[in-house]
Amino acid sequence: MSSEFFIPDPEGHVPNAEGYFGDFGGKFIPEALVAAVDEVAVEYEKAKDDPSFAAELGDLMVNYTGRPSALTEVPRFAEHAGGARIFLKREDLNHTGSHKINNVLGQALLTRRMGKTRVIAETGAGQHGVATATACALFGLDCTIYMGEIDTQRQALNVARMRMLGAEVIAVKSGSRTLKDAINEAFRDWVANVDRTHYLFGTVAGPHPFPAMVRDFHRVIGVEARRQILERAGRLPDAVAACVGGGSNAIGLFHAFIPDTGVRLVGFEPAGHGVETGEHAATLTAGEPGILHGSRSYVLQDEEGQITEPYSISAGLDYPGIGPEHSYLKDAGRGEYRAVTDDAAMQALRLLSRTEGIIPAIESAHALAGALELGKELGKDGLLVVNLSGRGDKDMDTAARYFGLYDGESAEGESK
Amino acid sequence: MSNASEKTGNIQLLSDTLAKAKSEDRAALVAYLPAGFPTVDGAIDAVKAVVAGGADIVEIGLPHSDPVLDGAVIQTADDIALRGGVKIADVLRTVREAHEATGAPILVMTYWNPIDRYGVERFTAELAAAGGAGCILPDLPVQESALWREHAEKHALATVFVVAPSSKDERLATITAAGSGFVYAASLMGVTGTRESVGNQAQDLVRRTRATDGARRGLPVCVGLGVSNAAQAKEVAAFADGVIVGSAFVKLLLDAPDLPTGLDAVRALAGELAAGVRRS
Repeated sequence: MSSEFFIPDPEGHVPNAEGYFGDFGGKFIPEALVAAVDEVAVEYEKAKDDPSFAAELGDLMVNYTGRPSALTEVPRFAEHAGGARIFLKREDLNHTGSHKINNVLGQALLTRRMGKTRVIAETGAGQHGVATATACALFGLDCTIYMGEIDTQRQALNVARMRMLGAEVIAVKSGSRTLKDAINEAFRDWVANVDRTHYLFGTVAGPHPFPAMVRDFHRVIGVEARRQILERAGRLPDAVAACVGGGSNAIGLFHAFIPDTGVRLVGFEPAGHGVETGEHAATLTAGEPGILHGSRSYVLQDEEGQITEPYSISAGLDYPGIGPEHSYLKDAGRGEYRAVTDDAAMQALRLLSRTEGIIPAIESAHALAGALELGKELGKDGLLVVNLSGRGDKDMDTAARYFGLYDGESAEGESK
Repeated sequence: MSNASEKTGNIQLLSDTLAKAKSEDRAALVAYLPAGFPTVDGAIDAVKAVVAGGADIVEIGLPHSDPVLDGAVIQTADDIALRGGVKIADVLRTVREAHEATGAPILVMTYWNPIDRYGVERFTAELAAAGGAGCILPDLPVQESALWREHAEKHALATVFVVAPSSKDERLATITAAGSGFVYAASLMGVTGTRESVGNQAQDLVRRTRATDGARRGLPVCVGLGVSNAAQAKEVAAFADGVIVGSAFVKLLLDAPDLPTGLDAVRALAGELAAGVRRS
């Protein structure tokens, strides 16, 4: 049973019972968490079949989030992409400003069904943290957000938003002090407080059932986009494109198009200063299969299995792992994954702002930069749907420094 | 290295050591120390000190960049070891030299990715060749462990699984049926680190673990997490086959002004704990 807005994977062929998408996925978790993770899986299976769950989630998506999100054609931007038609799926217009709210509302309902009263979450750019803090305010749940110390600095606005919403924000000072370390710390909290706490995981990674469950909550993106592009353009697109950090907005857009074999699924990873410099977070481009945060997937690691420190200008993509379903799509040849540098993403951010009056998040700007290249490859007859996963308000400080938008300060980025 | 595949691991020594402690009406004292901390040779000296003080069995930590199950003390030590450039080869040398110097059974405790990446066959062969007795892999759950166990058995290495207060009885049965050497019972829900009290969850978990078929066959149950002093060791020794202490030793080394002072402190604490684990 499903509503128009909650349609779990109708094929139901992946993952298998052990949580594997081909060779990727699984459940590499400490024994202390086995009961809690199993409880999430059981409760989610029940919820999936419960019409009242789909109805309540559908109601929230319409009347709280503001779904369906618009599909906006961007012709002035597309002039820079070889003339291909480009449509943006406007997840930036959702309440809280990104796609993250889709998953958060689903898991918040699940938290309530499990009778838990406290939620913890990791966040990189702060968008998942803000969405989680929002849902906790709405449902009256205690909320603790773990965020790498570097990210609390570059996304200070979102830290303030989370605190305004009543969440406790803990700056994580271990390791690379970014998203990966925030996840480590959230797992430590969960092990110690699992009785009353749900770990509201923010992407399509982690142990089974999170990759499949989080994907299901984001499937609405692609389901809507597919219907909208058929209405607007009269045909399926040649490609759908999204940025890829952990991979949640990308899988949300891609999934409804997987059976449409004529539609290319293209993910854009953060190349940072360039994959060749080693300062990047392009996991599928440069990683090897390994285990991180509870599942087997591509991982940035050294030859001894130590996770290497990622880098991206975008806090939301600055992660050395990737959801297992993306690894599966890559190895199956169904998904294409390319890398986009900081500079290309920042140029695309400014271009969309000035041609269309839409300021994208730096994360989403990676997909826009990729779309400029993809559009040129497709030519004038090309048709492209790009996921605009979040809005750029949170990134204005980074962008202002990069482009020299503050009075009396020169550009840090463009001079490099 | 040429005879690596001929030499078998020391799982029997591990079992004999636990049996000997039992025959002496005491729990075994199991110490944890990370390889490469404060240096590779310093860690080897720390193993010698802890055995000299009275530890029966030693777990050598193979440091990992993402120690999700470790608290601040072991995270800090791992960080120092990794920044010092410790490699798996250094961990294996630590096992070899520690075992040769002390004769004690030496286990490796680490996360799954380093071994997955290094190669399960290569790692188990080299650990057995170094005289290792087995492995504790807390993020490798029993349902993902078939490949590991196949190679561990081939090389006579123990597979020590962790059980937790949240483990349901049917899982305890699955785990004790698959495990060897001993079972690591986590005394509480949490990461490594010293605690004020051990709490009563541990005794209940040991009771439930002992009730499984695997444990009734004679698989010992050792308790770890949070134990740091002789009084706690005595409390745990009353109901467990072994008492595992890690962070308390590491903290002594972290806080010491120099290595010799730290080694003296480690030896002294091991002595106190060894007295604590005697039941009479």
